[in-house]
Amino acid sequence: MRAESPGPQHEWLDAAAGPVVRPYTLTGGRVRPPVDGFDLVAFVLTVPGADPTGVPGLQPEHRRLVDLARRPVAVADLAADLDLAVGVVRVLLGDLLARGLVTVRRPPAAAHLPDDNILKAVVSGLRAL
Amino acid sequence: MDSVRFDREPAAPRVPLALKILIAGGFGAGKTTLVSALSEVRPLQTEEVLTGAGIGTDDVSGVEQKSTTTVAMDFGRITINDDLQVYLFGTPGQDRFWFLWDELAFGALGAVVLADTRRLADCFPSIDYFEQRGIPFVVGVNCFDGSRKFSLEAVRDALDLDPDVPLVLCDARDRQSGKLVLISLVEHVARQRGEPVPVG
Repeated sequence: MRAESPGPQHEWLDAAAGPVVRPYTLTGGRVRPPVDGFDLVAFVLTVPGADPTGVPGLQPEHRRLVDLARRPVAVADLAADLDLAVGVVRVLLGDLLARGLVTVRRPPAAAHLPDDNILKAVVSGLRAL
Repeated sequence: MDSVRFDREPAAPRVPLALKILIAGGFGAGKTTLVSALSEVRPLQTEEVLTGAGIGTDDVSGVEQKSTTTVAMDFGRITINDDLQVYLFGTPGQDRFWFLWDELAFGALGAVVLADTRRLADCFPSIDYFEQRGIPFVVGVNCFDGSRKFSLEAVRDALDLDPDVPLVLCDARDRQSGKLVLISLVEHVARQRGEPVPVG
């Protein structure tokens, strides 16, 4: 996925920005998933019994996602597990969602942040680390 | 916790609630170090892809070779219990990646702004960002070896912090120290809702 270092002529591209990549080859150039909602901490769960074998249009990466999400797993973790950019994983997950192979559980919006009991659990959990 | 369960399929595994905490601060302030020190898993990195063609581009076929790049994002995870996980996301350290912050900040519980007293001004943009959006934050003064020691009051004055924003000393390399910074953040969030979290 990584290529040579970018030239100096692009303001976006330098050592700090990272290498030039061609990550969206995997998605056929698509940048946006067909649906929104794949927050970094949204959980993805494969539909029980889902079998991607023989489903047309899926790449090996799609199948890996289906396998990884047999247990609930966050979008950020999936991106790290597959060593793919989050944007790419979102597009692939959108494909899976559109085919009914996975479900996604969005995190609550800021207006519904956790109640005090949850905050207390976080504090005691952190203290116990 | 019923609201966070996946309850349509009785046999389906429970989906944990994931809380998002941002680790911000200037370039080199210790964000990556802090995330690594706190995460229970190997330091994870994922990437967000930028398209130089512009935000809002739907298709990068044919242009990716010269106009896409990636920004590495550190993240870490702390499992509190079966139903609750804390995700830490280090924010991109450079101003030109601000737009990534909006996604990172969406739904975030709060933020830790790491300050390096040698380059205090580097954390001003982070503080401005969270103040403007009403996202609760604490400031952790990362005590680097050999950095000049300032009093917390002097740092607070220099940062022009609101009196209720916690300001704590920390060592980003040390898990226990980082843990205390997170605790002060969660307590701050709870206080902002008007109910203190009992010590214990």
